[in-house]
Amino acid sequence: MNFKHKYVFLLPGLIVLIGILIFPVIFTVRLSLSGWNSFNPELDFVGIKNYIRLFTEDPRFWQSFFRLSFLAVTTVFLQYVIGFALAHMVWKDIKFKRFFRVLFLIPMMTTPVIMTVIWRTFFHESLGPLNDFLGLFGLQPQWLSSPGLAKVSIIVVEVWQWTSFMFLLMLAGLLSLPKEPFLAAAIDGASPFKKFIYVTFPLMAPISIGAIIIRLIEASKIMDTVFVLTSGGPGTSTETSSFYIFIKGLREFQMGYAATMSFTYLIIMIISLTIIAKVLTKVLMRE
Amino acid sequence: MKLKTLVSTLVSVFLIGSQVAYADKWSDQFPHIAGTGDVPGMCSYEETSKKDYSGRTLTINTHAIPVMGEPTALHAEQFEKLTGAKVEVTHTPAGDLYSKAMVPFQAGQAPYDIVFGFSNFINEWKRYLAPVPQKYVDQMDGVSASHMAIASWDGVMYQYPVDGDRHYLKYRKDVIDNPEMQAKYKADTGKELRVPQTWKEYGEMAAYFNGWDWDGDGEPEYGSAEVMKKDDLMYAAFYSRSAAYSKNPSTPGGFFFDLDTMEPLINNPGFVEALGDWVEAVKYVPPGGINFGLGDEIASFGGGQTLFSFSWDDAFVAAMQDDSPIKDQVGAAQLPGADHVWNRETNSWDEGFNQAPYFVWGWAVGVAEKSKNQDMAFDYLCFFANGANHQADIGIGRFGVNPFMEEDFKADVWTAIGWDKGVAEEYVKTLADMEDSKNRVFPLRVPGTFQFNSALATGAAKALAGQLSPQEALDEVATEWKAILERVGADNVREAYAVGVKMEDNQL
Repeated sequence: MNFKHKYVFLLPGLIVLIGILIFPVIFTVRLSLSGWNSFNPELDFVGIKNYIRLFTEDPRFWQSFFRLSFLAVTTVFLQYVIGFALAHMVWKDIKFKRFFRVLFLIPMMTTPVIMTVIWRTFFHESLGPLNDFLGLFGLQPQWLSSPGLAKVSIIVVEVWQWTSFMFLLMLAGLLSLPKEPFLAAAIDGASPFKKFIYVTFPLMAPISIGAIIIRLIEASKIMDTVFVLTSGGPGTSTETSSFYIFIKGLREFQMGYAATMSFTYLIIMIISLTIIAKVLTKVLMRE
Repeated sequence: MKLKTLVSTLVSVFLIGSQVAYADKWSDQFPHIAGTGDVPGMCSYEETSKKDYSGRTLTINTHAIPVMGEPTALHAEQFEKLTGAKVEVTHTPAGDLYSKAMVPFQAGQAPYDIVFGFSNFINEWKRYLAPVPQKYVDQMDGVSASHMAIASWDGVMYQYPVDGDRHYLKYRKDVIDNPEMQAKYKADTGKELRVPQTWKEYGEMAAYFNGWDWDGDGEPEYGSAEVMKKDDLMYAAFYSRSAAYSKNPSTPGGFFFDLDTMEPLINNPGFVEALGDWVEAVKYVPPGGINFGLGDEIASFGGGQTLFSFSWDDAFVAAMQDDSPIKDQVGAAQLPGADHVWNRETNSWDEGFNQAPYFVWGWAVGVAEKSKNQDMAFDYLCFFANGANHQADIGIGRFGVNPFMEEDFKADVWTAIGWDKGVAEEYVKTLADMEDSKNRVFPLRVPGTFQFNSALATGAAKALAGQLSPQEALDEVATEWKAILERVGADNVREAYAVGVKMEDNQL
């Protein structure tokens, strides 16, 4: 085959890659160096003014970032523990195994925004069924009105929605494990607990790392749950980075500044997730 | 003589008959206007049916159904039948209306011929909107002066009037006017139970009637339903609460800023006291009330859950619909006032009663400058707001179309749709008094409006959530407002703000 023909076949994919990935990133960087806003819709050049503002005059962005970190780590941890437990449960030969495998996947198949609307109704302090039931025991938690409980509500919704994804990955991993180590452990008389700690968990390490990283990437973009459930409130207690960027960009139309925040956030996430992946690999895969 | 009488009679019968036939012809086809039939005018059903827009497509971006979205879709369907046009209606959540139009506008495009939004978009949208042609303005003699001003910028109308908004107090007449409740309240508090004259009275009464079953329906009721959720709308609720404490008729020249110095006034003692009242209000709203958006407020008050509410007309009109459990049990009054108002010139309180209606922004609609269908677009809007449609729309709470025509301020318009006469009279008096007031607050319509209002919403929300004290919260807001002024340019803001101040100082 003529060497040049190879590039012709690569071209469509390259065009798509450039169109949907590389060009938007480059344009975002360019936008971040401009003062584009609603009354000045120009791609002018203001240098690193927006970056100086972000790093020296906008504590709200950093507060939202730390809030996001807390929510992302907490939800992913819970998703991992619950997802792994459910996968482990249906990995064995239990009754109605197939039914449970399908049941645990259902949340992931639903539309997140619509489910969050339903959850919002559920959590509604005066009209929702949850407080109607808890009221029978004299309890009336302020699920969406109290700063602490609002975070709990978001975590509940996120865990409900995405544990299925973790479950799916972990189940696939479990099903692909070799049988020999388990046979050896059985011969040695290992208890189920010791089997899990010394055989299952280490063998699942590579898959666990992959699943956690994928979920952390997704969780760090949390937006629809916050948007529908709390609008970042009460106050700013559930405001995450993406929600704050949305407010600055599409509510206040400070497009240049929002681009600055987006690009900064991208860099931070790349660095953070790379470090997290390395740490997890070192911890979970040590010999 | 006999012949003259006969001819007169025949002519009268013909005219009356043709009028009846005229009205029935259109109301038979379009049941929406069954109450009035077609109302003669430049954009009546009859006149609109003479237009031929076959083969042409009109695109509209409007709010989600039902508020403003439902009447838009309904009138689009009617316009299609009358003119042969194809009308494509896109529904967009309230928070995205601005950006959905602005992004293409700034890119030099007009994917929509007609864009719905809020009237405080006008300063930033006007450069992308086509001015309303004079022939349409000329037939708007029924539109109230304040709403003509709101739809215009420096004498040019950019937004076609389809809605009129203001905030006012709504209350349960079956409680406030109930002699038993009045006696009980007096015995327990030593004070009169009446329509609250001040925000302090409002708070006292709301707190008293909070958390017990005062209407005998087996469910506890609460003091007040308010728009407190930190989104696009709660800042308007805060301005309503602050107007009486901060809009001083003896210190013209600005409510949000001092027009001369452009110093933000948002953290003066008037606003701080209003926010303090609002923080107290968290104790007498229904559970979860701190998260109430406008829809929740409408459902809560309209469903009979609270004694008071204040915001747009929608909750009141919803409460007065036939299927409402509290129909004819609600009353309207001006927003409560205050016993003192801050004087920024003397840096002290002026003692004495002060009241200031807030003409909050309402639904607005414009035609894109780059639209290739401006003729059809303006005809559609004229049809939307024609006499028959307007009369029908204002009686349906969920439509979000509220009074802005002088005719709307007559009680018989409302009794004709089944309202109790007393309720109707009180309602129109409230609206008319607001129109006549000389101490009014108009929405902030300057470059960076959303930044100012977003900063205010964040600060107020922090105070409501207990993260900051009212003074700390508003100091933070004032600092942010100064930063915004620096970014936007104080002179740019001053130039635009001066237009609003003229309206408030009764110079327009």
